[in-house]
Amino acid sequence: MIAAITDPWWAQTTLRVVGGLAAVLLVAGTLVYLHLFKLVSFMQSRLGPMEAGPFGSLQLLAEVGKFIQKEDIFPRKADRFVFAAAPFVVLMSTFLLVVVVPGGPDAWFVDSEIGIYLGMAVSSVSVIGILMAGWGSASKYSLLGGLRATGQLIAYELPLILAVLGVVIQAETMNMQGIVLAQAEGEIFGWGVIGNPYILTQGVAFLIFMVAMQAELTQTPFDMPIAESELVTGYMTEYSGMRFLLFFIGEFATAGVFSAIAAVLFLGGWYIPGIDPADNIMNVLGPIVLITKIVVLTFVVFWVRFTFPRFREDQLQKLAWKVLIPIALANIVVTGVLKVAF
Amino acid sequence: MTAISDREQLAYIAAQAADARVNVELETEGMTLNIGPQHPATHGTLRIVAKLDGEQVIAVDPIMGYMHRGYEKLAEVRTYPQVTTLINRIDWVGSFANEVPFILAAEKLMEVEAPPRAQWIRTILFEMSRIANISLFLGDMGLQVGAVTPAFFAFRDREHVLNQIEAATGGRFHPNFDRIGGLKDDLPAGWITETKRAMKKMRNFCDEIEGLLQGNEIFEARTRGIGVIPADVGLSYGLSGANIRASGVDWDTRRDNPGGLVHNELDWKVWTHVDGDSFARFWVRLQEVRESTKMVDQLLDGLPGGPIMAKVPRIIKVPAGEAYVETENPLGVMGYYVVSKGDLVPYRVKIRSASFNNISITPWLLKGVYVPDIITILGSLYFILGDIDR
Amino acid sequence: MSRLSSTDTPEETADVAEAAVDNARSDLLTHLAAQLGDGLVESHLAPDDDLWIRVTREAWVDAGDYLKTGLGFQYFNFLSAIDWMPSPFGRDMDSQVDIELGHDEASEIDSSLEHGVTGGETRFQVFARVNDIVNGLGVTLKVDVPDDDLTLASWTGVFAGADWHERECWEMYGISFDGHPGLRHIYLPSGFEGNPLRKDYPLLARRLKPWPGIVDVEQMPGDDDESGDAS
Repeated sequence: MIAAITDPWWAQTTLRVVGGLAAVLLVAGTLVYLHLFKLVSFMQSRLGPMEAGPFGSLQLLAEVGKFIQKEDIFPRKADRFVFAAAPFVVLMSTFLLVVVVPGGPDAWFVDSEIGIYLGMAVSSVSVIGILMAGWGSASKYSLLGGLRATGQLIAYELPLILAVLGVVIQAETMNMQGIVLAQAEGEIFGWGVIGNPYILTQGVAFLIFMVAMQAELTQTPFDMPIAESELVTGYMTEYSGMRFLLFFIGEFATAGVFSAIAAVLFLGGWYIPGIDPADNIMNVLGPIVLITKIVVLTFVVFWVRFTFPRFREDQLQKLAWKVLIPIALANIVVTGVLKVAF
Repeated sequence: MTAISDREQLAYIAAQAADARVNVELETEGMTLNIGPQHPATHGTLRIVAKLDGEQVIAVDPIMGYMHRGYEKLAEVRTYPQVTTLINRIDWVGSFANEVPFILAAEKLMEVEAPPRAQWIRTILFEMSRIANISLFLGDMGLQVGAVTPAFFAFRDREHVLNQIEAATGGRFHPNFDRIGGLKDDLPAGWITETKRAMKKMRNFCDEIEGLLQGNEIFEARTRGIGVIPADVGLSYGLSGANIRASGVDWDTRRDNPGGLVHNELDWKVWTHVDGDSFARFWVRLQEVRESTKMVDQLLDGLPGGPIMAKVPRIIKVPAGEAYVETENPLGVMGYYVVSKGDLVPYRVKIRSASFNNISITPWLLKGVYVPDIITILGSLYFILGDIDR
Repeated sequence: MSRLSSTDTPEETADVAEAAVDNARSDLLTHLAAQLGDGLVESHLAPDDDLWIRVTREAWVDAGDYLKTGLGFQYFNFLSAIDWMPSPFGRDMDSQVDIELGHDEASEIDSSLEHGVTGGETRFQVFARVNDIVNGLGVTLKVDVPDDDLTLASWTGVFAGADWHERECWEMYGISFDGHPGLRHIYLPSGFEGNPLRKDYPLLARRLKPWPGIVDVEQMPGDDDESGDAS
């Protein structure tokens, strides 16, 4: 992306859009194949797709082809515009979220001073899309799913942001690059060989972030809005064909992007210990390192998803307000005090 | 309204109006949610019309009959051996167990007794269909509360039992193997060792489910204290099987009234639980599968020799009379009230199926719970649609 | 395993146990007779097996209530009805095979009522079963319902579980239950007419296609002349 900086604005924009699409879709596709198709199949003692391509690696393309061919059904009483627009709103939030994630010293889309703040802000746009889907479908299941999703996403936004605050206090910046560099240059009790990935000092925040992220992604144990055994598929019930696919992409792409943010905030981002962070080679190695970390983190997400049963709505809210938020607040206080003390 | 005098009526209207004025700001309209007949959680075609206030249930009205096949009518025009083909399809995941009480009732009227070997093999297959049936429940219970993996484990391990049932009877789901006076065939060679292996696998499966679900905090939070059935209510609704044992009622037809089966010669235990909630029902069923695998092992060890058919006429005419025989089927107590007039066909067959009674408690039980709990409770009551609709 | 190996069960104890159960059932019958008086019309006791009683229409609820509260029969098992009028269609289009097997043509359709255990006077009888699960006893209660007034007092006040059984009985036999909270169709569509389990309700499937029809297994190329005996 370093070349883009000297190019005219339209070339930069095109490059960034293409790069963003690639960053979202390729990563999402890899995650779906690797985790949803294969890893989960092995956990459940089955093989997963085996026919399309070697070890079923082209299955995802076949699925996309299938969804595109399907009829785009609108319920008779649906609010047509809202119903049609909802998946795009959800997907847009994902694409806006990915722009704040840096992949290397120069490999970034937007190097904003308030990067993480921007990310947290645009991630909550998806709530609107989900509520639109729930309302626009004119279905009771969708409406219940949409309302549950809204309540849940708003409740878990808070611990998510509070967990991030600890990191921001420690790094003294909201810039994502700055957070990576702060971890790269950091030291733990004077020992700075591997830097200081914040998972070591912000472990509590990391756990809270992962739990809240699971809830933001509406993955089991927090999948009340989808809850296929009670609400069919919640706000997605009435969708078919391409629009369903968009929700599906949104779900897994968001899992990837949130994992990327977690990797940047807590696992040191693209940095490799022992290599100068300003070295040009990091623009190539950095994204690979980041994707590896994404794969590891999403593995945890899917592992949990296919192991646990789901909470009930009230238990879920209780967990957010009575457990996660107080712990996150305590973490901020402790971080702040220690920051001042040392 | 005719019963209410004018004065009372006026007072009533005034009170209603006052209520309406007070709540005019807070009044919410109830919502009717139609769950089923096609819904992922209804195991077939049970339809539940739930009146909701927010996510809380005010009243439910279960509607069934989408799969009513009229077996009681059809049985009146079929000869006794033909009836077993029908009743195989009542509880279709534990089919063999359906045949047993009917055959026992016919045998009782004919005053025929199956030879010991037939009785033992009957009991083996009876318990194996219980294992096949309840193992499905154990996986499904996870699915109902959102854990997908146990369901896959259940289908994987249930296969071992189904294979053995198929090897012995020729039918995976509808064996149609029980005959008046005995069984159709003897066991095939090598079946006993294979079955013991399958039982071992089922015990491992139980341990796996125990680790996956029972110890899981979320599962406990979702099932403990949900759908509590007090023993006396359960009795008056005629609940049976694990549903009533989970309410602390120590009653198992296999032990108390074994009839033509040989459970009394085995060393086993009837499990009960005091809580009466969804978790207790799950727990009792889990123990029952374990107990059944042990029973099958003992039965295989002690299998007596001899013929498998008693002497019965080729054309079966059942003497006039009435008999009611019930057995402890996987879903609960299943009984057949057979009225014979000495003909080739039964005059009347009343099928007392377990799920019909078990599910009749839902309008009482589901009042006031949340929508997610409907699914948990229905899942834990465990019904098979064919067993409700018959 | 200990119980499994002990094949030498003493014969005497079995006899004693049998006698005890007999006592239990006959005691039960005495209690019922004392309580119900004229309400108890007839009874039938199969030793060590089962007990049937027939009560009058007026005593139906009292009998259920007394069994539940007075005698500990808390378990509601089922409730249904029997139509004792033999089907006017005879065996309703029997298959030729069945007729040859043993159904003698001479037995013409006999529309006289012939009741089973404990007898009866009317065409319809409602029967129900309750259990005493502590002592392992069960009682089948029967009651005559006269043709001109097919109503019976509802058991729903005594056993909550009778609700659905009475709905089914109403739907299948047309017997209505006084005091039932809502007699609606339970299995059949709400506009359904007729009472399918009555003997004079034809089984349409048999009318349309004789049972089991011609053996509709296609002939395999190999076997030519064995198509006749479908074994």
